[in-house]
Amino acid sequence: MNFDKELDARGLNCPLPILRAKKSLAEVESGQVLKILSTDPGSVKDFAAFAKQTGNELLSTAEAGGEFTFFMKKK
Amino acid sequence: MDDTKKMAIIATKGTLDWAYPPFILASTAAALGYEVQIFFTFYGLQMVRKDLSGLKVSPLGNPGMPMKMPFGPKWFKGINWNIPNAIQSLVPGYESVATGLMKMTIANCGVATISDLRSLCQEAEVKFLACQMTVELFGFEHTDFIDGIEYVGAATFFEFAGDTDICLFI
Repeated sequence: MNFDKELDARGLNCPLPILRAKKSLAEVESGQVLKILSTDPGSVKDFAAFAKQTGNELLSTAEAGGEFTFFMKKK
Repeated sequence: MDDTKKMAIIATKGTLDWAYPPFILASTAAALGYEVQIFFTFYGLQMVRKDLSGLKVSPLGNPGMPMKMPFGPKWFKGINWNIPNAIQSLVPGYESVATGLMKMTIANCGVATISDLRSLCQEAEVKFLACQMTVELFGFEHTDFIDGIEYVGAATFFEFAGDTDICLFI
């Protein structure tokens, strides 16, 4: 998937992945896509909840070898 | 009408472990678009001091706290050091050692420091209020605290809290 910015939040724990994502989203334009890498298992539900509450669109969630990859489109 | 969600927290505890919930919840709520205020009162004032070294964690009389070592092989880290209260209370510096070990565990788990979380709250424009009465009661000076704090009483807190979606006492 194409993306405009990447955030490496691997090794970080709650609430840092969300806080960093919020910051990274502020640095892209509306409609652009942020790719997020995380190792926090809690981040799967947290990013879904973050998207729901902020109106940003979670395009996809994937897991491979304990690593999670999210694509989020800015509102 | 202003439809921004709001959250107010009353932070009353002055230990390292209890400094986490207010700052984690406040910074996360701010990231979700909430307008947030934290009212620091009594021991909670420790969380907004310039010097955070007073924030310690005490396993003494705290049966809910697992005492595990943050270093060594996996089997060693898995041991829960169940030390009787009577011994904990007699060993000088026990709290400082426990606090040091806790800080190592925090770093190992990729959990932010209190100082970092506090800065993140401030960057996200979480408003910090401190209870003027307890500042005087404990003999603190305003210069003991970080910048950007408003010193107020309960009535000022209610002005915001009465209009919130979430209000927590921690």
